[in-house]
Amino acid sequence: MNERFNIKAPFAKYAGLSGADRKKAITEFFINNSLYIFMILAIIIIQIISPRFLSVPSIVNIISLSAANLPIALGIAGCIILTGTDLSAGRIVGLVACVSASLLQESGYANKMFPGLDTMPVYLVLLIALAIGGIVGLINGFCTAKFHLHPFIVTLSTQLVVYGILLMYLMNGNNNGQSISGLDISYSSLITGSILSIGTTAIPNFVWYSIAITAIMWFIWNKTKFGKNMFAVGSNPEAANVSGVNVTGTIIAVFTLAGIMYGVTGFIEAARIGSNSAATGLNYELDAIAACVIGGVSFVGGIGKIRGVIIGVVLLRIIFVGLTFLGIDANMQYVIKGLIILIACAIDMRKYLVRK
Amino acid sequence: MDNILLEMKNITKEFPGVKALDNVSLKIHRGSVHALMGENGAGKSTLMKCLFGIYSKDSGQILLDGKEVNFKNSKEALENGVAMVHQELNQALKRNVMDNIWLGRYPTHLGFVTDEQKMYKDTLEIFESLNINVDPRIVMSKLPVSQRQMVEIAKAVSYDSKIIVFDEPTSSLTEQEVEHLFAIINKLREKGCGIIYISHKMEEILKISDYVTVMRDGTWIATEKADDLDMDKIIKLMVGRELTTRFPPKNNNIGEVILEVKDLSSTYSNLNNVSFNLHKGEILGVAGLAGAGRTELLENIFGISERKSGSIKLHGKEINPKSARQAIRSGLALVTEERRANGIFGILDILNNTTISNLEDYKVRKLFLSKRKMRKDTEWSIKAMHIKTPSHETQIRTLSGGNQQKVIFGRWLLTKPEILMLDEPTRGIDVGAKYEIYQLIVQLASNGKGIIMVSSEMPELLGVCDRIIVMSGGQIAGEVKASDTTQEEIMTLAAKYV
Repeated sequence: MNERFNIKAPFAKYAGLSGADRKKAITEFFINNSLYIFMILAIIIIQIISPRFLSVPSIVNIISLSAANLPIALGIAGCIILTGTDLSAGRIVGLVACVSASLLQESGYANKMFPGLDTMPVYLVLLIALAIGGIVGLINGFCTAKFHLHPFIVTLSTQLVVYGILLMYLMNGNNNGQSISGLDISYSSLITGSILSIGTTAIPNFVWYSIAITAIMWFIWNKTKFGKNMFAVGSNPEAANVSGVNVTGTIIAVFTLAGIMYGVTGFIEAARIGSNSAATGLNYELDAIAACVIGGVSFVGGIGKIRGVIIGVVLLRIIFVGLTFLGIDANMQYVIKGLIILIACAIDMRKYLVRK
Repeated sequence: MDNILLEMKNITKEFPGVKALDNVSLKIHRGSVHALMGENGAGKSTLMKCLFGIYSKDSGQILLDGKEVNFKNSKEALENGVAMVHQELNQALKRNVMDNIWLGRYPTHLGFVTDEQKMYKDTLEIFESLNINVDPRIVMSKLPVSQRQMVEIAKAVSYDSKIIVFDEPTSSLTEQEVEHLFAIINKLREKGCGIIYISHKMEEILKISDYVTVMRDGTWIATEKADDLDMDKIIKLMVGRELTTRFPPKNNNIGEVILEVKDLSSTYSNLNNVSFNLHKGEILGVAGLAGAGRTELLENIFGISERKSGSIKLHGKEINPKSARQAIRSGLALVTEERRANGIFGILDILNNTTISNLEDYKVRKLFLSKRKMRKDTEWSIKAMHIKTPSHETQIRTLSGGNQQKVIFGRWLLTKPEILMLDEPTRGIDVGAKYEIYQLIVQLASNGKGIIMVSSEMPELLGVCDRIIVMSGGQIAGEVKASDTTQEEIMTLAAKYV
């Protein structure tokens, strides 16, 4: 059973090959690992051109940006494993962020949305944030499972509904559609405060929360009945059904869990950004889906690893930050991002093609 | 105490317009194998679906161990010791073997953390008891179909099932694997299980079963001891008339060589240096075990799998098609093995299914398709192939397998091929409809087409073909004349390079 960890095995196999087959094996190796090879090359090149890229502040920056995006990606990954997707994720993050911020503005702040409201306990607001995400996720899952709709349709609809609610919410009280800032210290210190610094660079607390959440998600995916059911349903819902798995329940639970993850992201994002508007969370789901796909969570269904999601999120972040470091035009960055996602998916798909 | 384990009494099930089951009764004895036979549509699977609660029966009783049961779904049936090994393996392919076996009832700590160790240990135990040699941790999709089937059987056994239903279990197994399966079934029989065995293969049924029940048109026809039956009797019971000849008379004349295949090898399969000739008006059979490379040979000639080396000559001219489009243009046609997967377009109507390979012919002013021309050809095909259908606007998936196959024959004839390649042309087709397909094949040959026919049914090859090439391990193991060979000779050749 230790075979899985035997690092020498691929080399032993390689030694047994001859001429043309060896060449093929090398090509295969490069194509299958091209993403990592490309990333290492990219890091080296960026570092040569812009030596500050691998400085402590820059690395901490990449890590904390990745940490902020990890929960939403972990949530969406579950939906993708069910051969679905979730387009509503970004807007849910936005709604949760604005609600959290509005409930935790410091008292006496000039443009406070609810001037009469005392600062609420931060953990109560966290619960509200998780509940909002969870409820929208529940609705997504319910409609997907019960009405047999493709999640693309369901979340396309809920995305609009959530955005509308968000816009209406921002018109509340004194706010009149403006962005919400002036967050209470209890909130901002919980999220962006720091208990550990490297040199003079502080690591924000939300990095630790993100790590903890990732660990919990790893446990859920790999060690629990629910996790196994999720993969089974994604791989073959019919087989899961005849084996007595509650397919409807599993789908609803996966989407609800995803919603809760968006809640977490929104709660962290509000404090991280500090000033939240209707634009908060816009297109976050697309970055998250891209990260999942780059990390090998496949739209084929039933395939994906937490490790892959982490790698996807971090790689995508390195690309974004790296492009900025290289001084590449912001418009051009979109083109490059798009091409990278396309190539990554094509390479991923190669693994599932049966060649004749 | 009698030893009847399961009794289904006077089961009736009606769908709008059809009586799918009419007063059907079935008794399964402890420690016996009970074969259930009948043409497609005879009601075998409807009966099983009533047992498993997938359909609710309109009337009748099901008694398990003398107690009345009414399962609401297959899970409840499983928990009460009634399991089914499905024909179309229903598995989570991307998960490993033991995840599949314990799916829906993972052993856990505290009710939610799965106990991998126990799963592994229990899986090994079951595998050992059944003599199955599969690593419980291997991902399902890496296993060949035969081993996946063994896993499915192990899963059924792991529920401590008293009744196990096998639905066409041998359709994808080789001879040795069938032997292994029968050994497992015998073991289960000794343990006192009741086995329901659904199959079309009469040789197998006569070999393994104790009792045979035959159904026809939703009614019970007969239950007999297998020892009292032979093939002719079964066929008679199934079709309700005596099939004096299973194969039509042959009147095709063999002409000059039209197709020469030389040293064909493929890049991604085991096809290795295959050479043969085909004559005008000849029906050439291709025999072999599963994995012998028969389908690969046809696909390679047809240009849908990559050719490493070799040449294909039609009328002495090299064609070497690199895609299905080129092959069709050169005058080749291929009726594929998996009709549902890559033969029919299920939700499209007969007209579209008939004309899809020949759209070029229906163009008016180089752009628009003429519905009138398409309809004319479709009507011709329906008439010429004797397709039983309400109209050409019927969705093809609502037709029986035999009629679907005739539509596909019609599709290819419209492309006016010189060579017609048939991959298992009668798979999943009723005994009665098979005869019509054979007739069609012989008729095409006598019209001067060259026909290559892959089949796993030996009697069919012997009855329809003129010449048979036998493949083994991707190579040609030998060539025999259909008129003076035996099944034994072909089997020996088929095992040559295994």
